[in-house]
Amino acid sequence: MMLTVNGEARDAPAGTTVLALVALVAADPRGVAVAVDGEVVPKSTWGAVALRDGQAVEILKAVQGG
Amino acid sequence: MSLPPLVEPAESLTVDEVRRYSRHLIIPDVAMAGQKRLKNAKVLVVGAGGLGSPALLYLAAAGVGTLGIVEFDTVDESNLQRQIIHGQSDIGRSKAQSARDSVLEVNPYVNVIIHETRLENDNVLDIFKDYDLILDGTDNFATRYLVNDAAVLLHKPYVWGSIYRFDGQVSVFWDDYGPNYRDLYPVPPPPGMVPSCAEGGVLGVLCASIGSVMVNEAIKLITGIGNPLLGRLLVFDALEMEWNEIKIRKDPATAPITELIDYESFCGVVSEEAQIAAAGSTITPQELQELLDSDKPTFLVDVREPAEWEIVRIPGATLIPKDEILRGDALASLPQDKQIILYCKTGVRSAETLAVVKSAGFKDAVHVQGGVIGWANTVDRSLPTY
Repeated sequence: MMLTVNGEARDAPAGTTVLALVALVAADPRGVAVAVDGEVVPKSTWGAVALRDGQAVEILKAVQGG
Repeated sequence: MSLPPLVEPAESLTVDEVRRYSRHLIIPDVAMAGQKRLKNAKVLVVGAGGLGSPALLYLAAAGVGTLGIVEFDTVDESNLQRQIIHGQSDIGRSKAQSARDSVLEVNPYVNVIIHETRLENDNVLDIFKDYDLILDGTDNFATRYLVNDAAVLLHKPYVWGSIYRFDGQVSVFWDDYGPNYRDLYPVPPPPGMVPSCAEGGVLGVLCASIGSVMVNEAIKLITGIGNPLLGRLLVFDALEMEWNEIKIRKDPATAPITELIDYESFCGVVSEEAQIAAAGSTITPQELQELLDSDKPTFLVDVREPAEWEIVRIPGATLIPKDEILRGDALASLPQDKQIILYCKTGVRSAETLAVVKSAGFKDAVHVQGGVIGWANTVDRSLPTY
């Protein structure tokens, strides 16, 4: 299936969960938030949420500066 | 979603205040009632830095009656590229006092309370309790989680903003009515993974983009107008010039916040691996100078980014950015027959890199305490710092 990850098209096996995608894209899941189609997916549910073809995923990193 | 106004209106505005705030008073949604709420409001700004600067100036100009400032630091020349509440003549002064003076110059009717202290577990609740609303403009994860948890414990809303290079994030957190910071980021990134603005830089004007949204939300919460940013995160990309909105829900699995914790250890200043690697393998800048002057074969590695290398470097060093070593690509270019000496800006990144280099077999590798800044402050004071 095709996903849009941080604005770029990306192929992923059907049934890929949010957790699996984060493992592919981010070096470390700590300090990372994931939004699917504009809504944050609570971190505790990453393993249970399977992505669907055509969804837009934003992988956000916490920044500390102020 | 709309929320009731956070603050009751003050009894009246003076004639001078009516004149001053006339452009607010003639907006029907603000009007006299809203301006009186602003006058009665007590707002605390944590950090008089990049975000705190525009936030404090606009909160003052808007007529917020009481402004608290938490800030322990002094004004440094490198602050002035973005921290517009401070000026050239403030270099070396207390930031809290400098900010107070600027606020009073903008609006003498503001009551300014300065808290010249580092926000800690043993003072945060006492400082927060007298304020209606808090703005978080701090520069590190430990204080950000501290601000969040204290606000949750006191049932107070706060406006949160954070910035890095060209990217900004801003939201409102209020646990009683919506998500808190931990629903978005339950745990901080591992130490060394996300650079601070001091390490990675920040576009100065980004502070205004994010800081002005923070004040916008503060005014709405105080006066009870509009649709607050609670439960929504705005993500700003200054290069693409895009604002994206992301909805945040409460994570049912987030453990309830019932007490303050050890935030330094929660966020980890340096990882455990780095601490172990650095123990007994850390040299001072003076010791580095002695080593470089001796006959001992050494290989000095600067693990910073090329832009930092351009600003200042230690003579004789070779630039190999940290990530190239961490990925393993650059390990082969390190000589086996010389002692490896690593340095970065202040010693955090070099400690992280040291752990990798030592585990790759360079047993006598060391890193330089305080980095190139330590070198510039002690060995060669003619060098610029940043």
